[in-house]
Amino acid sequence: MRTGFRIAIGAVVLVILGAIGLALLRPGMLPQTSPSATATATSATTQFLARGEYLARAGDCVACHTAAEGREFAGGRAMATPFGNLYVPNITPDDDTGIGKWSGDDFYRMMHTGISRDGSLMYPAMPFASYSRVTREDSDAIYAYLMSVPPVQQKNRPHELRFPFNQRDLLVGWRALYFKEGEYVADPKQSAQWNRGAYLVEGLGHCAMCHTAINRLGGSRESQAFEGGMIPNQNWYAPSLTSRREAGLGDWSIKDITDLLQVGVSNRATVYGPMAEVVYNSLQYLSDEDVEAMAVYLKALPQRDSEAPPTSQARLVSPDVMETGRKVYATQCAMCHGAEGKGQPPQFPPLAGNQSITMASPVNSIRMVLNGGYPPGTRKNPRPHGMPPFAHILDDAEAAAVVTYIRTAWENSGTPVTPAQANELRTLLPE
Amino acid sequence: MCCLHASAGLAQNEAVPAFKTLDSMEARVQGCVTCHGQSGQGTLSGAFPRIAGKPAGYLYNQLIAFRDGARQYPPMNYLVAYLPDAYLREMAEYYAKQRPPFEGKDESAADATLVARGHDIATAGDAGKGIPPCVACHGTRLTGMEPGIPGLAGLRANYIAAQLTRWRVGSRHAAEPDCMKRIASRLSESDVAAVSVWLARQEAPKDASPESQNLVRMPLACGSQR
Repeated sequence: MRTGFRIAIGAVVLVILGAIGLALLRPGMLPQTSPSATATATSATTQFLARGEYLARAGDCVACHTAAEGREFAGGRAMATPFGNLYVPNITPDDDTGIGKWSGDDFYRMMHTGISRDGSLMYPAMPFASYSRVTREDSDAIYAYLMSVPPVQQKNRPHELRFPFNQRDLLVGWRALYFKEGEYVADPKQSAQWNRGAYLVEGLGHCAMCHTAINRLGGSRESQAFEGGMIPNQNWYAPSLTSRREAGLGDWSIKDITDLLQVGVSNRATVYGPMAEVVYNSLQYLSDEDVEAMAVYLKALPQRDSEAPPTSQARLVSPDVMETGRKVYATQCAMCHGAEGKGQPPQFPPLAGNQSITMASPVNSIRMVLNGGYPPGTRKNPRPHGMPPFAHILDDAEAAAVVTYIRTAWENSGTPVTPAQANELRTLLPE
Repeated sequence: MCCLHASAGLAQNEAVPAFKTLDSMEARVQGCVTCHGQSGQGTLSGAFPRIAGKPAGYLYNQLIAFRDGARQYPPMNYLVAYLPDAYLREMAEYYAKQRPPFEGKDESAADATLVARGHDIATAGDAGKGIPPCVACHGTRLTGMEPGIPGLAGLRANYIAAQLTRWRVGSRHAAEPDCMKRIASRLSESDVAAVSVWLARQEAPKDASPESQNLVRMPLACGSQR
């Protein structure tokens, strides 16, 4: 009996020791060394601020609200518009010159309605027509992040708009015509991924600011959403996202779209100019999931073949021009883009079958030939290959001929361009 | 062969895009070659300056200044606008290592008095006006000094005069203390012309490498040497 009792006690002790051992070894069961409430609160704040920073990147606030060589978010950057210069305001949390005295409510009202803290109507250079789609929760996170950056004392510079555009009352009319207030409403017929993409593209991404044509009043119509247009004062053409003849992405793979948006180069095309700025400052920082959601949404945009392909009459090129273009191409371009225009993707983009070469507006192709360009250096492509300028090597006739050549060779369906078109873009400073 | 013959009329061959391996710095800097030449030797008789062999620190400072807008030249500002620091550093180091041959020196007719004045400023300075000699910092062979002082060898008079003038009027500047600004503000217009013309007329150095840092004591403190 005694022996049996001892064994029983021993067994119980072993079981208890075993249980303690298991409890100590199982992940999550170890006593926490710093379970204090403060640490948890700090971590929640950190997470909230990091989320705000991420969303501010998605909205690309920094691109407009920071001047060249200026302090981050301190404003002062001149924004040339067809109506005169706007000067972007200071959005650092400085009490006197920034948004230090704004509340989260003030900030949300501004994002959602385009009405500033003092009640004035904002000019639509601030993309509040897009930011109106942003949720209150996301607005609060961006607000918290902006409150956390170093305040910079820098007075806002008054706008220099021509009459009558300096009359803010006119904005009432503009708003009635072009502004529809409201947070994003998910479409239950679509996937969560599509809805996330739509939220980012239509909201913080404010893609419509460039990819929907701007009319003489500086407005864009919803019925023409993403149908493309010239970017005022930058003289780049933002291609239609809904046309197979332009940058419609219907037949692109998701990988090519995400590469273009996040990496800056893809097997089908490369970003330059204003879109390079967007990728550099904003899209490269978005998560793979968010970029993929945007790609899914963009790919699914209804493709409108509103434009008939150019007639064979319109595509006629004089043999002399074609021969000049072919010679220039063979000498200057074939090294990187290949004799057959296939490129060396993704480092050097293909020209054959590239919608951005054949689309109706030749502006971007002419600009690239004249000024060259580097894609943005991004986290996934920090050392991009670049294209040199040819403005000083080719005269107007040669530049027009080589652009004509790449638009019409290899079964490309573009139309010829004239030396006058090349000349018009030559006189502009590259930007 | 038809195309090779045709090419001669269209462009200078040393400024035509060409590279051996796609994944190389040589391929990556093709964006520079139509202006600065395949090896950074400069083109169009120096209208686009020689960058080969200049100290990497100097080239890097210029690339950063072009990107951020501190130095204004729209075609350059546009090209490097969205390139990260590390990559610009790599480009600078690539061109700092290049040693292409120099073009012949400028032998056009020039006013002898002007050239003599240029010689004096460049080699002895003008103590009366507080102007140190160019060679005190840019090196006795005019090949610059590590890490931040550019070589002047191989540059053309027009380019040098344009840069000195930009410095005089304050549109070009460098890290404080900005020694070149102090010097340029003491140069008269005719001093600028004289020193530019003299510099362009010098024989190319046999060794194009910049001098090492602090081999000599510099007459002025320069922010770009820190």
